[in-house]
Order: sequence, then C-alpha cells, then structure tokens
Amino acid sequence: MKHVVLVEDELNIAEAIRFLLSNEGWRVETLANGSNAVDVIRNAGPDLVMLDVMLPGKSGFEILHDLRADPAMMELPVLMLTARGQRSDRELAEKAGVSRFMTKPFSNAEMLDAVRELTAT
Amino acid sequence: MAVETLTGSRIRERRVIAGLKQAELARDIGISASYLNLIEHNRRRIGGKLLLSIAQRLGTEAQTLTEGAEAALIATLREAAVEAGLTGPEAAQAEDFAGRFPGWADVLAGTRRRVAALEETIEALSDRLAHDPHLAASMHELLTTAASIRSTAAILAETKTLQPEWRSRFHANINEDSRRLSESAEALLGHLNVEADAADAAGSPQEEVEAFLTRHAYRFDVLERAGDTTDALKQVIEEAADLRSQASRFIAARVLEMISQDAQALPMQDVQGAIETHGTDPMTVARRLGQPVGRVLRRMAALPDLGAGLVVCDRAGTVIFRKSVEGFTVPRHGACCPLWPLFAALAQPGTVLSEKVNQVGRAEAGFVSYATAEAATPSGYNSVPLVQGVMLLLPAAPDGAASRKVGSTCRVCPQEGCVARREPSIMSTGI
Repeated sequence: MKHVVLVEDELNIAEAIRFLLSNEGWRVETLANGSNAVDVIRNAGPDLVMLDVMLPGKSGFEILHDLRADPAMMELPVLMLTARGQRSDRELAEKAGVSRFMTKPFSNAEMLDAVRELTAT
Repeated sequence: MAVETLTGSRIRERRVIAGLKQAELARDIGISASYLNLIEHNRRRIGGKLLLSIAQRLGTEAQTLTEGAEAALIATLREAAVEAGLTGPEAAQAEDFAGRFPGWADVLAGTRRRVAALEETIEALSDRLAHDPHLAASMHELLTTAASIRSTAAILAETKTLQPEWRSRFHANINEDSRRLSESAEALLGHLNVEADAADAAGSPQEEVEAFLTRHAYRFDVLERAGDTTDALKQVIEEAADLRSQASRFIAARVLEMISQDAQALPMQDVQGAIETHGTDPMTVARRLGQPVGRVLRRMAALPDLGAGLVVCDRAGTVIFRKSVEGFTVPRHGACCPLWPLFAALAQPGTVLSEKVNQVGRAEAGFVSYATAEAATPSGYNSVPLVQGVMLLLPAAPDGAASRKVGSTCRVCPQEGCVARREPSIMSTGI
C-alpha cells in the first residue's frame, strides 16, 4: 500500500483529501502542524508528501528546504498545495525543489492526477 | 502688459465669480482690504504663501491666477505630449492647438487629468494588493475555505456509494466551511469598504495614524502651549476613536511627542513670523531662528497655507511619518523610491539638500524638496546616534527649470531604464 504524509492545518481539506486518497488505495498520515513534520516524514519514509505552505510551527517552504537538504529525501515527490498562487511563491517553491505546485482551490480530479503522475513507477 | 502682471485682475475676476466681497476675501486670508485692492489692480506683486492662500480660498490653482487658464491648459497639453512620446515640431505646437481648437484642447487636457487620477487610484490599489497583510490573510482564508467546499462538494456529488457516516461528516464540513466563507467575505468587504473611504483609510496601524493626523489637519493646539504637555498628549490619544489598535496608539504617541518637542522648542508663531519676514526658504528660517533645519522642516509642514508635504524616515529608510500632498505619492506599504532626496540626505547626515522634484506620471505637480538627516538620539561616547531623515515638499510654480524625476515605488513607477529599479513595474508588464 502506498503511503502519503499530508501536512495540512485546514482539517476539512485534510479530511477530503484523506477520503479521496484512501479510496484510491493510499494509506494517509495527516499532520496539522509543521514543527515536527520533517522528523515524521524522515521516519515514515512515504512515497509522497503533500504540503500546505502556511502552517503553524514551520512553513511548507521551510519543510521542503529541510527535506531537500537530506540526501535520503532529495528525490522524494513533494506536492505543494497553497492558496498563495503568486508567481513569487511558485518560483520560491521551484527553487526549493518542489515536484509539483498546485493552487487552491483545485479540483479533486486535478489533485488525483497530480498524485498519480508524481508516483507513477 | 506681461501675462504675470495681470495676476491681480484674475484674482478679482475669480473673486467676483465666487460671489465674495473684497473685504471678505481679505479677512479670510489675513490681509487688509486696501492691500487686496492694490493687488487686484495689479499695483502690488504677489507670490508665495499669499498667492497660495488666495488660490486655495478661491478654489483654483495658483498657476491659473499667475498665468491664466490658457497657460495652465497649454502646460497640461505639453505634459500630455511628453507622456505620449510626441516629439519634433508638432510637440511644440501646443499653443497653436489650444488657440485653434480650444474645445478639443479642453477635452484632451481633461482626459489627461483623468488618466493621472486613475493612475493614482491604480497605484494605491496595487500597493494594497501587493503588501496589505490584512488583505493577504483575508484572501488566503477565502481561497482555503473555497478549496475545502469545492473538494467536499465534489465528493458528495460524485461518489455514488458514499457511506452514511461519511456523508454526514461531509455535510457538516460544508456547513461549517460555508459559514466561514460567509464570515470571511463579510470581513473582507468591510475591510475594502473602509479603504474606499479615503478619509478613513485605516487598514494598518500606520494608516489609522495617518487618518487620525489628517482629521486633525496635523495641528494640535494643546501641544502648542508652553509647559509640560504629557497629560494633554495622553488625553488626545485616549480620545481618538480612530486609533483602534494598540499599535496605532503607540505610533501616534511617538508622533505627538515629536510634535510636542518641536512646539516647545520652536513655537509656531515664530515660524510664521520668520516666513513672513524672510520667505519660505527653510535654511534662512533656521538660521534666523537658531534652530536645526530638520525641526524647521517639520514645523513648516504643519502650516496649512504652505500646502506642504512631509516625509520622515528612520535610519533604515522606513517611513515613520508622512503628511501627504497631492501630486507626490508616498507608498503606504513597501519601499519608497530610492531616488528621493530624503535618502540622499540620510547618507550624509548634517547636509541639507534642496532640489526640484517631479514624480514620474505626475508632471503637472512639481515640488521643491528640502531634505536633511539629523541625530534623533542623544550622542554618547562610542555610540553611533540614530539618525532621522526629514524631507519637506513645497509646491513649485512651473518655471521650466530642470527637476529630478523620481517615483513613488518601483511596482507602479513607469520610468524605463531606471538605475534604481528593484522590481518590474506593473505599469509596463500588467498586473
């Protein structure tokens, strides 16, 4: 079973995503705070990470930066979901090594397609 | 008779149109009726503060009085030509155009003024969209809630075999999110409505302070009295309903302290007296009164007759006080144009700089700027004092003299090829 760590502080969005991915056969682990996200991801070794940008504790950009600084997680697919769709945010995410950047509000189909593409083997 | 020497006749004409008696106008501007009579019969030259006062009272521009409406029209046409990049012999024919087609010339000048006004509105809105933390947070909240509703609603609509407990949970989530969306939208609307009212444009603490100072016309009589004004200052802050946040009250208190210290050291009647005797040159006023130039600049800015603007910044270049003046935009958020003389003065404390400036896109409003930087904290051994920059902007009569082109902030500045540019302008690249 494929494993995703979802870091999202909006509980209703997290619940919807959890439902959709579970239906697709994913095991979904959710975190509502960014402060210990890097440790959780490092220990869990997931197939995919989904990250909000504005998080309590630690921002999505900081988490992404820390993940990419670890050689073991340099290739880990990271899908960033954010309401901050400005060009500067997108550029910042790309610079930090994001695999895909998606702006809220997105459609479920769009999100699922991105997940499938990022984890296709 | 030369054009300028008919200023008195134009004042008389405007006064009659305004339905004012000579004695009434004279009283309103603080001169005798007999002196006004001499002016109106072109037997006394007039300029400076008095001319500005008369123009203000008659609801017109000083330039219209000194050069006539036609000259103002021609100046506007020339500005329109420069901005449109019209060069060659045709550019020099603004006067012919106005003479041969006065109606069309009026239309063109009116359109140009409207464009300038709209550009100012765009600047303000763009500035707000780019930097307003309240707006950014509101938009983030709206988009996040919309994302949640969209995703949940799609699950409810598209999942054919949804278990009842999941269905109930998603219905509850949508209910909760739709209420949040409604509240966020209302809050955002309230924020924007406040912004729409320029007189009460209080979104951030700094804006609350600016609205508060504007309401008081930057004058506080209780702080002008001699003696300890600590209690009076506190009372002014306590009674200010428009200072809603703790941060705005803190900032306002700092500004009022500065005004109070200036008032104690340099009473306003002394400044007015020196200006009446020696004119509006701040260096001359400072020398005559034995006062630091920075203080004189701040005091002059509070004189309503001068129609002056003022910007005060700290050593980091952050604006800590502003008195807006039409034709020179000080961005509410984000960094100011580094070409302002204020920042050149900040780099060389003690020097007083004076030059004519025009904000790009605001060609009709020129200003004479006076800028200096002075220590804002007491000196001590081995300590570098905190320096404060001050820039006074006095409206300048159009005289054809060269002026420094400056912007407000890069984001809305159309100046191409500027060496000081930090980021692209939306005026050329689109929002």
